[in-house]
Amino acid sequence: MIWDLHCHLSGVDGKTVDERIAQLMVYADRMGVERLVFFMGWPFATDPTPEQFRKQNDQVLQAISHWHNRAFGFVYLNAKYVDESIAELDRCVKNGPMIGVKLWVASRCNDPSIDPIIKRAAELKALIYQHTWYKTGGNLIGESTPGDLALMAKRHPDVPLICGHTGGDYELGLRAIQDSPNVYAGIGGSDPTAGITEMAVRTLGADRILYGSDIGGRSFSSQLAKVQGADIPEVSKRLILGGNLKRLLTPILKEKGIKV
Amino acid sequence: MICDVNVYLSRWPFRRLPCDTTSELVSKLKRNQISRAYAGSFDGLLHKDIRAVNQRLYDDCKSQGANLLLPVGSINPALPGWEDDVITCHEQWKMSGIRLHPNYHEYELNSPEVKKLFAMAAERGMFIQIAMRMEDNRTHHKLMQIPDVNFEALPGLMQEQQNLQVTILNGMKSLRGASLTRLTENPNLTIEIAMLEGVGGIEKIMQQVPYEQILFGSYFPFFYLESSLNKLKESQLGMEIEKQITWENAQKRFTNT
Repeated sequence: MIWDLHCHLSGVDGKTVDERIAQLMVYADRMGVERLVFFMGWPFATDPTPEQFRKQNDQVLQAISHWHNRAFGFVYLNAKYVDESIAELDRCVKNGPMIGVKLWVASRCNDPSIDPIIKRAAELKALIYQHTWYKTGGNLIGESTPGDLALMAKRHPDVPLICGHTGGDYELGLRAIQDSPNVYAGIGGSDPTAGITEMAVRTLGADRILYGSDIGGRSFSSQLAKVQGADIPEVSKRLILGGNLKRLLTPILKEKGIKV
Repeated sequence: MICDVNVYLSRWPFRRLPCDTTSELVSKLKRNQISRAYAGSFDGLLHKDIRAVNQRLYDDCKSQGANLLLPVGSINPALPGWEDDVITCHEQWKMSGIRLHPNYHEYELNSPEVKKLFAMAAERGMFIQIAMRMEDNRTHHKLMQIPDVNFEALPGLMQEQQNLQVTILNGMKSLRGASLTRLTENPNLTIEIAMLEGVGGIEKIMQQVPYEQILFGSYFPFFYLESSLNKLKESQLGMEIEKQITWENAQKRFTNT
């Protein structure tokens, strides 16, 4: 059972969202990926206005509309626009089919002004994915690090949070989140550098690690290899490839009447 | 049966990698149907005693990887006396190719030494591999930020040595569009798939690069070996093309060099 936490519609051939997701499902079938979570449309907008993130969410809503129980959506928000983001959460999650939240690089997540969004997402049982990186050449102004996320996690100890890309530089990222039990490592979206998954299991335990691909810019191949090629027990691989994500999503999927 | 053109022995300078001992590496390659692997050495990046690096590489391949590992010697044309390293690789150790890291060794491909090196390799019938990058530049050690190799001078260099086979390693993350076309217009230029990304990566790159110029490379053990193996499944190539990419293209180009 493989559940993919991290899928995009950008970087894929096809003029419409329907064409793009159909093509991605062909590749998913080849690689045995059973369920996929999509967020953001195209073109990528690093600091979207409410109008822009609503448009991107409409693209995802359209894409997943023909793939019930297989493709899920996380709503893309911008923490600079708290009121509009909460309204969008209600539109796409409370009153729509989406099951999580995606926060990217518009503003850093250590800023407490994000808290109303986190609280509202938690009320709706929406899973929160925060993009993070530690870039050697320096992050974007609003780009969060795993350290930023660890600070935010302390303010919301009961809310599961996903540390996207495990900070890119996973040797730093894993250390930054190791003492934040409600933070999960999303290991997708970086080179398939050997040893990442072994270190993640040593540092966090297998039940805090989530596979994701970051397609279409990345591939299922390279990202699945991080788990399939790791020297860890088979039971751990099963948790990372799908078991953990299924467990985290079960409350909201059940609420929406989706079979897990 | 797979020929992997992009394998490294010894230790990555910044961290231990799973399978970074030759015995573990050989064992994993064998378990995954890799029956031939062209291996360079991570020591070739930073060591100045390149001859000792190549001696160890040769010894390791011979003692632990016979019939599987083929040594590809590191050459640093910025070092005094580098010509002797080429001669030793060819005549003493019978290496069929050499591997270059211009960015780690701080020279450009348009330098006079590279021109001479290409001529030497062509005269001896050796192939050349050039690694474009070794690591995502966003995860470099702060004190070791190494830019990608600039390939602008490569087409001109290759034009002067018409039978020379050149392979770009770890190039497919950044080489795209016109810059890739300009390089692959020369049929003696090959690329390998270790850093190729995007869904259905090989299928898509074949729209731009003839499959005769695509080789299987894994960049193992820095990358999980399964990454490149999976790419053969994610793209539907058909048996004939897959056989060429995974075996025949490399054999045709490198075995008799």
